[in-house]
Amino acid sequence: MMDLNDLYREVIVDHNRSPRNFRTMTDATCTAAGHNPLCGDQLTLYLKLRDGVIEDVSFQGSGCAISVASASLMTEILKGKSEAEAARLFDKFHALVTDTGDESDPELGKLAALAGVRQYPSRIKCAVLSWHAMNAALHGESRASTE
Amino acid sequence: MSVLAPSVADSGPGPTADLQRLREDFPILRTKIRGKPLVYLDNAATTQKPRSVIDIERRYYEEWNANIHRGVHWLSEKATHEYEHARDTVRAFLNARSRREIIYTRGTTESINLVAQSFARPRLRPGDEVLITAMEHHSNIVPWQMVCQLTGARLKVVPITDEGELVAGVFERSLSERTRIAAIVHVSNALGTINPVRQMVAAAHARGVPVLLDGAQAVAHMPVDVQALNCDFYAFSGHKVFAPTGTGILYGREEILEGMPPYQGGGDMIRTVSFENTTYADLPAKFEAGTPNIAGGIGLGAAIDYVQAVGLERIGAHEHDLLRYATARALEVPGLRIIGQAREKAAVLSFLLGDIHPHDVGTILDSEGIAIRTGHHCAMPIMTRYNIPATARASFAFYNTREEVDQLFAALEIARKVFSR
Repeated sequence: MMDLNDLYREVIVDHNRSPRNFRTMTDATCTAAGHNPLCGDQLTLYLKLRDGVIEDVSFQGSGCAISVASASLMTEILKGKSEAEAARLFDKFHALVTDTGDESDPELGKLAALAGVRQYPSRIKCAVLSWHAMNAALHGESRASTE
Repeated sequence: MSVLAPSVADSGPGPTADLQRLREDFPILRTKIRGKPLVYLDNAATTQKPRSVIDIERRYYEEWNANIHRGVHWLSEKATHEYEHARDTVRAFLNARSRREIIYTRGTTESINLVAQSFARPRLRPGDEVLITAMEHHSNIVPWQMVCQLTGARLKVVPITDEGELVAGVFERSLSERTRIAAIVHVSNALGTINPVRQMVAAAHARGVPVLLDGAQAVAHMPVDVQALNCDFYAFSGHKVFAPTGTGILYGREEILEGMPPYQGGGDMIRTVSFENTTYADLPAKFEAGTPNIAGGIGLGAAIDYVQAVGLERIGAHEHDLLRYATARALEVPGLRIIGQAREKAAVLSFLLGDIHPHDVGTILDSEGIAIRTGHHCAMPIMTRYNIPATARASFAFYNTREEVDQLFAALEIARKVFSR
């Protein structure tokens, strides 16, 4: 069960059971829907930007534990970040779950819990879904798909 | 093969465990996955291959490789003989009247597309109807949608009950003077339901409606006799009956195939070609343009020989035992919900485990060396019907054992523990 506990770390199980910032946002400045056709994960991401800073972020939807926990952890870390910082985190997170990222990078914080996804290539799309939705929302696109 | 699960699962290897020694014929079953012995329970997606199939493919490439139907040299004659011999094997397997009724394809999907394009499309007029059921695989939905869009015909869908059976009487009532073809799944890949296709064919024929049966999930698990079923078309894939991928069969009633235009044009399907006029070859070559998967076709023959030697009655009895045992175990798991509880059911256990997403179940099982399928099983309308995003599905073949069922449920217990921390 070594591998398994590495993937389903307690923080992931916790964020799946009680996702943070799990709500719609009526005053969002941009939103995007994310869809992972493989798992059927569907989520909508809400961002409130002011002067290039993410003032608030939330999400709604349903999916597997990896996608829900990843979205929840992402909303926690994005609050207060600038657009440029969010883009940097996107790149770092992507590298983390696709095998080249550094798990001990302090900037990633709790996101490091998702490093176990590396060993399960079919689940990488679940982990990056919310991040792609965030990226789409910041670029003014309404949809993101992991296809 | 009705499934009435007992309240307590029987223990022990079960009455049909003698098939277990046949596992040695399947080299891949000795593989370790993530350090654990492979437990392969994804047979509805594809089956594993016995050594005889692997060996004959290798033998073809090492000893007989040549193009078929055209050479005067020894190799070409040998390859042609082996390939055509496999067609005879398929004919006997399905109990078709004639080898001219056995068309090689790439799989069930291509077989159905062939019928949709070559049989249905020229016959369909605006307002005509194609009748299918709510438990079809995408490959028995989309080809019909495509020809409906081209012709203005309509797709009519027979609904299913909560148990996963066709709603009684609706199929019969849906047959009208506008119905040009009915296309029905013999055994549902996502639910395991075995449809009463013989009666459905009779009802359709009483209204003059031809019937295609999608047998992808049937042929590896029960005897199929196209004359007894009296269907007009029967489609299946080689890879789901222990043969190589990229092989498939369309059975078609000879008089109907005779009247159909070719599906694809090219080599092998012609008698004479000039720029003014081309005449087509006789059946079955008319529907077999281009160089086919020769090694695969020969492998299909070997796979059917293998299945016949084991015996489909024996296979059916063992798989029924596995399903009965697995269903009884499933009923003991708190929060486990079985999707598909038809009275007549093949060895497919589709389920949800509490509120754990099927993909998480699949990953946890994978870490234990257990291969199941998770997702919508290419049957998204079924998921919509039950208002679920996906299911986890264990599907059995004759080489599976009660011990493997026990391993499946031990791993599900791990999944429950991981998510209850």
